[in-house]
Amino acid sequence: MQKRNISPNNFEQCVKCAICTDFCPVLKVLPSYPGPKHGGPDGERLRLKNALFFDSNLKYCLNCKRCEVACPSGVRIADIIHSARDRYGEDRPSLRDWMLANTDTMGTLASPFAPVVNGALGLGVTKSVLDGVMKIDHRRTFPKYAGRKFTTWFRREAEAAQAGYKKQVSYFHGCYVNYNYPQLGKDFVRVMNALGYGVRLLDKEKCCGVAMMSGGMFDAARRNAAVNLASVGAAASEGRLTLTTSSTCTLTMREEYPGVLGIDNEAVRDDIVLAVRFIFEAVERGEVQLAFKEGFRARAAYHVPCHMEKLGWSLFTRALMERIPGMELVPLESICCGIAGTYGFKKENYERSQRIGQPLFDNIAQVRPDFVVCECETCKWQIEMSTGVEVRNPISVLAEALDLEATAALNHQ
Amino acid sequence: MNNEYDVIIIGGGITGAGTARDCALRGLRVLLVERGDIADGATGRNHGLLHSGARYAVKDGESARECIAENRILRRIAPHCVEDTQGLFITLPEDEEAGYGLDYQQRFIQACRDAGISAEAMDPREAVRLEPSVNPRLIGAVKVPDGSVDPFKLCAANILDARLHGADILTYAEVQSLILEGSAVRGIRVRKRRSGETAEYRARVTVNAAGIWGQAIVRMAGAQISMFPAKGALLVFAHRVNHVVINRCRKSADGDILVPGDTVTVIGTTSTKIPFEDCDDLNVTPDEVALLLREGSQLCPTLASTRILRAYAGVRPLVAADNDPSGRNISRGIVCLDHATRDGIESFVTITGGKLMTYRLMAQMATDAVCDKLGVSEPCTTHTALLPPTVDNAFTAGTPDGELVCECENVTMGQIRSAIRNFDIHSLADLRRRTRVGMGTCQGTYCVRKAAAALAEAQGSPADARPLAEEYLGERWKGMMPVGWGDTLREMEFMQRVFKAGAPSTFK
Ligand SMILES: Cc1cc2nc3c(=O)[nH]c(=O)nc-3n(C[C@H](O)[C@H](O)[C@H](O)COP(=O)(O)OP(=O)(O)OC[C@H]3O[C@@H](n4cnc5c(N)ncnc54)[C@H](O)[C@@H]3O)c2cc1C
Ligand code: SF4
Ligand code: SF4
Repeated sequence: MQKRNISPNNFEQCVKCAICTDFCPVLKVLPSYPGPKHGGPDGERLRLKNALFFDSNLKYCLNCKRCEVACPSGVRIADIIHSARDRYGEDRPSLRDWMLANTDTMGTLASPFAPVVNGALGLGVTKSVLDGVMKIDHRRTFPKYAGRKFTTWFRREAEAAQAGYKKQVSYFHGCYVNYNYPQLGKDFVRVMNALGYGVRLLDKEKCCGVAMMSGGMFDAARRNAAVNLASVGAAASEGRLTLTTSSTCTLTMREEYPGVLGIDNEAVRDDIVLAVRFIFEAVERGEVQLAFKEGFRARAAYHVPCHMEKLGWSLFTRALMERIPGMELVPLESICCGIAGTYGFKKENYERSQRIGQPLFDNIAQVRPDFVVCECETCKWQIEMSTGVEVRNPISVLAEALDLEATAALNHQ
Repeated sequence: MNNEYDVIIIGGGITGAGTARDCALRGLRVLLVERGDIADGATGRNHGLLHSGARYAVKDGESARECIAENRILRRIAPHCVEDTQGLFITLPEDEEAGYGLDYQQRFIQACRDAGISAEAMDPREAVRLEPSVNPRLIGAVKVPDGSVDPFKLCAANILDARLHGADILTYAEVQSLILEGSAVRGIRVRKRRSGETAEYRARVTVNAAGIWGQAIVRMAGAQISMFPAKGALLVFAHRVNHVVINRCRKSADGDILVPGDTVTVIGTTSTKIPFEDCDDLNVTPDEVALLLREGSQLCPTLASTRILRAYAGVRPLVAADNDPSGRNISRGIVCLDHATRDGIESFVTITGGKLMTYRLMAQMATDAVCDKLGVSEPCTTHTALLPPTVDNAFTAGTPDGELVCECENVTMGQIRSAIRNFDIHSLADLRRRTRVGMGTCQGTYCVRKAAAALAEAQGSPADARPLAEEYLGERWKGMMPVGWGDTLREMEFMQRVFKAGAPSTFK
């Protein structure tokens, strides 16, 4: 008789309870969306019979994975939907998808001319061009490109000192830190140094690929994945974990490389860890000590990004934030903010994107925090644009709340 | 309904349906009676293989020629019921050891060609490319024009077309005796199952197309025919694992055909002689399940870990040759008996044996016999006349008819309503045979309430929704029991949790 009948076709595990349907934010605002159950496990079975069952509305999936978190059967619903778009989606990626998805290329091109680009991206005329030609919604504020890339700063100002630390970690900074918000990377380096860790860059780092996947460019994403996994593996072989500050990059490299791209990452999966989790655990184990500034006061709201929900790691952030004296942390209702990476940037998604996030924006307005804590960069764009409230990564919050010198002294052996 | 006909056909399986259609197309006034729903017998419980004939080529060239001719005709007249999957006959290393190696493969190819069946030897690697799920240990493969056929649709299409040409169709009416006058059969006495009423219908000729139950009908006429009920068990895997039919290139044996049909894959079959009394309530045994799984995994290794939806069984209507009362010499071919020449009973024809996919030829033979008796000389046209669609398919999403009822099988409310309009539907099982509602992964757990409510409402008795649902789930449960482990067990537990309260009778 069968020893197990759980086939590699994970959709078979679905018992059709439809719980996932209740958790899908897209279905709430777009009734023609097939939903996680019918687009995922049901649809996969139908598509195996005939590819014509592929529903092009699946492109509206946010990949928020809230369906997967809810599913009692462990069905990788969003992965199934994503892979189906890879295999059956006949829509070829448009120029716009290239521009949004190739964050690496676009970042590289734009960065040396940041003031010009930022100016241009803020200008009404350019926005209308983007709106008309590229179908990027003109109501969006575009993430600003920083003047100096994180990696440039790191090489010039920080790298030399890193060898002086006994313990070492590698840092997967991601596109956002490198091109749009180097400050977060700097904060990370300062915090890790204070904790007694030297920071190294990976041999080679490429965009994790999440934007490419959501734009339908799966082969390009596979090429990036191969580079990143090789670099993480090389670091691991020298005894370094790879830490991250972005929940999305983390989930992509840990879960989506195997689940969506079909790449086996078993050997290095557990070497990729979000910095908040790493720090929290190190503190718990007594390996590092924290010393906080006196007089730190803040009322912050915590938004759990979808991918953090999927990782199941939000408790690490909360526990770490709650250790900060003077910090009042108000958890927000866990719902999708609606941006889902580059999704909300697309003109056809803008309205829907805002409607999905509206309950969250209302919640924030009600709480009236000094700032919102959140591990995801695209949530940051969305929340800042839609509420005017500043959003900070927990690592930046830590960098501000810690007395770095005192901490360094505690951890100096 | 007038009570006088040219011809009465007993049995609403594929043979009866095809015969009713052929008779109607030739201008006869036709009544078909079926004790249950159409396609309720062997027609609704088989493997759905559109044989190329290759399976019979070595041993029985005549059957092989019959198959390939009908195969070509069905593709033409019923494209909506047939899928051109192609078929592979594979040779495994152990077949070679058992004397069915590549020499046998050569004989097989030659026999196919002699019967007019295209048979093309393939390199094993090429075969894996064509069908990635096939056992990679294969040492040889032959490609033949097998296909799959949807028995429910095919039967319903024949019934609809018969009706379009004036035939009356009476379901849920059981023939209890024949009207005999002297040495002639003049009609039938039926009991309508739902009302309990009895009625008489007269005809100039009566055709017995009652499948395995035809033996009892012949007895009602005062004659004898020895039939051998041969049970065949099958397993339904939860999704389409293969896209090409996979057979073993060796002497036919149990569990050696894997057919992709609609959303699923079916492995079959076994063959066990069973007592007549058991034909109405078939069960699949653990031994049969084990055998099918073992043999299935030889054809396609992933079956060993693929979720199984359910198990079911059917009975082949096999007939012993007339000159062999011992029954050793069983014919798998078509048997068309004119009881006037055989038994001295006038106006009575029996048509049985054969296969699902040779039904048209069987119907033609029976109809020729009927026309002969009636002095009608209209020629048969069923080899060229297209069969109609059975249920409307196109319903716009967002409209009430476009609402999805069964999400596993993608069945809309519009399809359900159209089936209820077009056919005599009394249970969700009837509705399933017309639309596939509840045939998917959850076996009705998700959709049974919606479907039952729609049916009860159409019948004008909304209060019946609950018993309709319970009856259906009970039937589904029976098929799940023999394979109740792994994900299927989880499904059963979930089904039980959702429905148990208030419906204990469903899950005895
Ligand atoms: C396991 C198995 C696998 C098979 N696989 C294939 C295959 O892959 N390809 C293929 O071509 N063939 C296959 N067959 C053969 C095929 O299923 C049958 O040959 C065919 O369905 C027979 O149809 P029928 O109409 O003659 O009989 P049935 O479908 O059995 O119809 C007889 C009908 O008569 C009705 N009836 C009985 N008594 C009465 C009465 N007193 N009054 C009114 N009605 C009555 C019954 O309810 C029944 O509906 C398979 C058979 C089995 C058992
Ligand atoms: S990933 Fe999010 S948007 Fe996509 S189906 Fe699941 S819940 Fe819906
Ligand atoms: S929650 Fe999981 S088991 Fe339930 S319907 Fe959705 S995918 Fe299937």
